[in-house]
Amino acid sequence: MTFIKHPKDFWAGVLYTAFGVTAIVIALSYPAGTAGRMGPGYFPRALGGLLIAIGLFLSLRSLRLQGTPLAFPTFKPLLVVIASVVVFGVAAPMLGLVVATVLLVVVSSTASDEFRWKEAVISSVLLAAFTVLAFSKGLQLQLPVWPWFVR
Amino acid sequence: MDLLNNLLIGAQVAITFQNLLYAFLGVLLGTLIGVLPGIGPVPTIAMLLPITYALPPVSALIMLAGIYYGAQYGGSTTAILVNLPGESSSVVTCIDGYQMARKGQAGKALAVAALGSFIAGTFATMLIAAFAPPLAEVALKFGPAEYFSLMVLGLIAAVVLASGSLVKAIGMIVLGLLLGIVGTDVNSGLQRYSLGIAELSDGIGFVTVAMGLFGFAEIIVNLEQKEKREVFTKNVSGLWLKWADFKEAFPAIVRGTGIGSVLGILPGGGALLSAFASYTVEKKLAKDPSKFGKGAIQGVAGPESANNAGAQTSFIPLLTLGIPPNAVMALMVGAMTIHSIQPGPQVMTSNPKLFWGLIVSMWIGNLMLVVLNLPLIGIWVKLLQVPYRLLYPAILLFCCIGVYSIQNSVFDVFLTAIFGVLGWIFVKLECEPAPLLLGFILGPMMEENLRRAMLLSRGDPTVFVTRPISAVMLAMAVGLLLIIVAPSVRKKREEAFQEA
Repeated sequence: MTFIKHPKDFWAGVLYTAFGVTAIVIALSYPAGTAGRMGPGYFPRALGGLLIAIGLFLSLRSLRLQGTPLAFPTFKPLLVVIASVVVFGVAAPMLGLVVATVLLVVVSSTASDEFRWKEAVISSVLLAAFTVLAFSKGLQLQLPVWPWFVR
Repeated sequence: MDLLNNLLIGAQVAITFQNLLYAFLGVLLGTLIGVLPGIGPVPTIAMLLPITYALPPVSALIMLAGIYYGAQYGGSTTAILVNLPGESSSVVTCIDGYQMARKGQAGKALAVAALGSFIAGTFATMLIAAFAPPLAEVALKFGPAEYFSLMVLGLIAAVVLASGSLVKAIGMIVLGLLLGIVGTDVNSGLQRYSLGIAELSDGIGFVTVAMGLFGFAEIIVNLEQKEKREVFTKNVSGLWLKWADFKEAFPAIVRGTGIGSVLGILPGGGALLSAFASYTVEKKLAKDPSKFGKGAIQGVAGPESANNAGAQTSFIPLLTLGIPPNAVMALMVGAMTIHSIQPGPQVMTSNPKLFWGLIVSMWIGNLMLVVLNLPLIGIWVKLLQVPYRLLYPAILLFCCIGVYSIQNSVFDVFLTAIFGVLGWIFVKLECEPAPLLLGFILGPMMEENLRRAMLLSRGDPTVFVTRPISAVMLAMAVGLLLIIVAPSVRKKREEAFQEA
């Protein structure tokens, strides 16, 4: 789209507008009240309107203002890092802290260009030992240490 | 004398075995993360907050404050030895510090950075002790209208003085204010934006937001870039200054301290802007400006003093007005609320031990930093050699455990992941996350004060301009916006941030 001269501003504007619209739509079900007696819907609607205004301004201005293009060199770190966190969240309550830690560390390590299996596994085991000692024993973290089938 | 008396109260609190220990832990951890590039004070403080739950409030705050100024300190080590800013505020130190290291003067650069930081820290601490009480006295007279206008001014000033696009930053504030609304409305008991999710009825945790936007997003972006480091480890010797060096650096330290102290008080100013401003001033004042960029000692002394002074004095708006001037202070507000201390002018009178204890501990912490940094420099250098590929999984792990432990809920871990993605998008779109965090923290307070002010005025919005203090603050906010929109100032501002 060549008429967008400042893609970063343009998409930031779109994002703001989308958030603003969502905020207002949801807030429509909250009583707004009056200026003197504001209901729970008053402030959110005002903010939503402001955010839409800012978003539209940014997007429109981006048709005129020159900017650098968006750069996405690689999506791997994003996907891997977020996936490893989700894996931790799913695994921790069921499989326990040790397994979840090992999974998180090994999975997230693959995001690096210099990933080495052996190194990642060793560091994950050391970190698992550390978390059990420091967090479970030391700080009484409310997470099971071992998987449900060996508890 | 009142001041001496107060400092004495503070000393009694700060100089106990327990609090000295936590101050030490704080500055040690702060230095550690300051040295390590790729993890800043915001995710670290967020990560450690859960651990401080069990501590008494004073100890918790002393430790968290220590992390913040310790990080400013440690950041310079990395800047000088690796040419990477360990902390964003030490970007400027890279310029001349690294050049000094290349000339074999790494020891001299590190020593002057430490000395400058210590002098700046001492002065700024005294400034807080002297100015906080009168400021708080004024703030105690504020009504809801004044508070609302003050927050508007604070938020606007925070984005005007920060780098990057102004409009985008204001958008981020509004987005933050909206996110702050999520949860149960205190007045009506209505659940807002909680989407029927039980975990959201208490609102989104600020640790979740901070960790996702700052911690996770930072890691992802770091991984997208190729690692490139060149560490100067061999010739870190002669960690002392000759008298001639000291004479050369001292004026820069004094000026840097002054600049940092003033800019630190302003919202959004803090450490980064102070360092930039000081570098520009030193370059302008130098007899031989061509030496700058090639290892001028003033180019290290000035900014390093300035960023430390700025880091310290940014506690002033937090402690006197309850308004956080930057993202780290926003986390401190969160930390105080967790310990059921409402930050604001009343802290000083209702909780003098906490207030003065914190201030005295800052000075002690600064002293510890000098003692800690110079002899331990070898350890920090070793740490710098730990490759990032081993570091970031550990950071991720501690983030996850930290977020989980706040409410013992896996939901928060997933929510942090979502904020991580959002943070990554913000980086790509060049939207600064710090204003969002400020808005997020101030959101509920702002709505509450707006509601009260309007209730008292029976719906008349002119209350904000007819009450003099409120009017002045709003006028200042508008003035700041107008100034920044003026083409000449705008150009200057861009230059100032590009100077480095």
